[in-house]
Amino acid sequence: MKMYLQFLFRCFRLSFVGDYRYYAWMFLLTVFVLLGINAYCKQLVQGLATTGMTDQVSWGFFIANFTFLVGMAAAAVMLVIPVYIFKNRELHDLVIFGELFAVAAIVMAMLFVTVDLGRPERFHHLLLRFNFPSSMLTWDVLVLNGYLLLNLHICGYLVYCAYRRREPSKLFYIPFVFVAIVWAISIHTVTAFLYSGLGGRPFWNSAVVAPRFLASAFAAGPAFLILTLTALARFTTYPVPAKAFMTLRTVVTIALSINMFLLGSEAFTEFYTDSAHVASAKYLFLGLHGRSALVPWIWTAILLNTVALALLYLPVSRRRGVLQAACVMLIVGIWIEKGMGMIVPAFIPTPLGEIVEYLPTLNETLVTLGIWAGGLLIYTILVRVTVPVLSGRLTFDQSFSSAISGDQSAPPHGESSTEEHHAPTVG
Amino acid sequence: MNDIRIWSGPSASNKTPEPELTRRSFLRTGAAALGGMAALAAALSPLRELASEDIPNLDQLFQKHYKEMTPAEMEQALERIRAKVEERYAVRPHLRDVKPMEGVEFVYALNLSRCIGCRKCVHACVAENNQSRSPEIQYIRVIEMPRGTLDVEKGNHHYERPTVPDANHFYMPVQCHQCANPPCVKVCPVEATWQEADGITVIDYDWCIGCRYCEAACPYWARRFNFARPNLPKDQLNSNMSYLSNRPREKGVMEKCHFCLHRTREGRMPACVEICPTGARKFGNVLDPKSEVSEILKTKRVFVLKEEVGTLPRFFYYFDERYPNSLDPEALAIADRLRAEEGEAYGCLPDASGPRKDFVASATPKWWNGAHA
Repeated sequence: MKMYLQFLFRCFRLSFVGDYRYYAWMFLLTVFVLLGINAYCKQLVQGLATTGMTDQVSWGFFIANFTFLVGMAAAAVMLVIPVYIFKNRELHDLVIFGELFAVAAIVMAMLFVTVDLGRPERFHHLLLRFNFPSSMLTWDVLVLNGYLLLNLHICGYLVYCAYRRREPSKLFYIPFVFVAIVWAISIHTVTAFLYSGLGGRPFWNSAVVAPRFLASAFAAGPAFLILTLTALARFTTYPVPAKAFMTLRTVVTIALSINMFLLGSEAFTEFYTDSAHVASAKYLFLGLHGRSALVPWIWTAILLNTVALALLYLPVSRRRGVLQAACVMLIVGIWIEKGMGMIVPAFIPTPLGEIVEYLPTLNETLVTLGIWAGGLLIYTILVRVTVPVLSGRLTFDQSFSSAISGDQSAPPHGESSTEEHHAPTVG
Repeated sequence: MNDIRIWSGPSASNKTPEPELTRRSFLRTGAAALGGMAALAAALSPLRELASEDIPNLDQLFQKHYKEMTPAEMEQALERIRAKVEERYAVRPHLRDVKPMEGVEFVYALNLSRCIGCRKCVHACVAENNQSRSPEIQYIRVIEMPRGTLDVEKGNHHYERPTVPDANHFYMPVQCHQCANPPCVKVCPVEATWQEADGITVIDYDWCIGCRYCEAACPYWARRFNFARPNLPKDQLNSNMSYLSNRPREKGVMEKCHFCLHRTREGRMPACVEICPTGARKFGNVLDPKSEVSEILKTKRVFVLKEEVGTLPRFFYYFDERYPNSLDPEALAIADRLRAEEGEAYGCLPDASGPRKDFVASATPKWWNGAHA
């Protein structure tokens, strides 16, 4: 127990230690977190009128980001499946970074739902009158929290074992890994059912929403992990095999292809049928009665996804830079398609045929950026602590300084040698 | 990619024992912590403007769900609300918790051949139910529809023409349909909204967490959210109120039409029915075979909106078979008289200054000739 507390304390200390780039990055994130907190305080005082939402478009940016992030969290499974089911070796030591990202993404998703509440101080009402199984939102509360706990357990156990120089007992994590695989799929399915179960919103009321959500998540999530692993390889000594990138590239390519196919199926059904249902899709893709605020968004998304897919199909994306560019493009593309492109059009026109458009306000955007910054802050700290532990540089029988003194075999060079913050000082 | 170095790596030459508390590191850590705290305090500073009324006291925070409150606890809650209303509006409200009546299921019927688009129902509703004047909240939407279609997308929500009622259009008021299979109730994560024995779907404003899932689920766009603190001038408060209906709401919760249950459960008509100058609106107990609504359901070709979504509304529309393509001449005559009397104001919506006094349910119009009968 004492050992565990020491472990936590060392992790805490470690998160404050880094070179100037680390500090700059963390400082930047902290600034955005504080701006977000400030904007949220304004929202608490004035109400959700500080957002662009109205009775007509009653969900907006927050719920859009929530949806996207649940998908990002679920996508960790795309590393777990190759490793634990197909015994992929390259990804074996990298799975944990996917699981850690799931933790950060779930925290962000939960924060987005919380800031969307009109009465956050009544959150405990959920515990007192839980409308389960009727309300899909209660399902979401269960699966998201469950997924968070599963991932915290798996990551925490493996990292702590490495800290104690112990071989992790399979019994303590393998069953959880397999539960987490099913659970990951469930979180995004439930989130899709949240929307597709509403008969009054024809745009959402489609069986293809859940498969689409999963496909787009399994493209955007691994794409984000490609970027993470790139950063890991660039900034740490952690071994990232080149083949890992290629495995993930395959996953992203297939998932994005399926996503584009499902999007096309949806668009065909809507536009060819051309029934009253098509109004929202028309608004999204073409504009309706001269209102077209979302048209540039969705076409940007489609363009980005198409170019990314084309790049991924071509051998040129074996080059690291091209692969990264394609990943950035498709993450942004899917963020638009699934966020603003999925949530907002369902409200336009309203069930009574009124067209009121929606754009997020500055305050809403600041809250959103704050949550994103907070999530990245959490993820950065998790990765920052995990790397030296898994590399065996921070263990229970070593002093704290050995953890932060870098990899002996690869002497640091360049700007990091000018760092002074661990220099002995004269008392 | 071989360019490997530790992200956090300090220089190799600094492999000294970890710097325990030295003056320099202490000062630096202290300064950073202090700066961080100051920045956090600055970020939190808008909270100082939080109105004291908006901060829930413990009684309110731990108030039980409506269905779990004992009579004594309900009385306590009512007393708390009374005190709050008195403090804010300087009126002691007649606030109680009105229960459904035995053997009653309320149903609404609306004769579209008699609706003249005057929107008096909207005014009466706002006056009766203490909706916020700014931002404006209204439970009833009157849609101007081209004749020959029921596709609401072809309708106009914002008609302002001096020609209302227009011969080529009909006027379709929409409000909560009090569905027998309500999607809003199904989706609420905290059971803050439910269907009562008399068919009215109600909201416990003290339980709603403001997630707006019900608003997304409603196929009739009947629900409204308090995006900001509701604003209601003191002299416009209707002090006849009940817990589940028209007591003043707070910011961040849902509200909607409740068939004026504080009136209808005591044998009166909803405000919108009472004000309607043409008698287009009919309301009553469908379990009573002799009631007007029962008679209408038996004898008229009624229909519901969006039957295909399976919500089973208790709100029925019908056209008078005698006038399939025009207004009932009697209603048209009333419209003509009203237009002559009211001029520009005819068909206007309530604005930030509130509903027109002469449009509220308690006012007896001087032209009244018993059109209801």
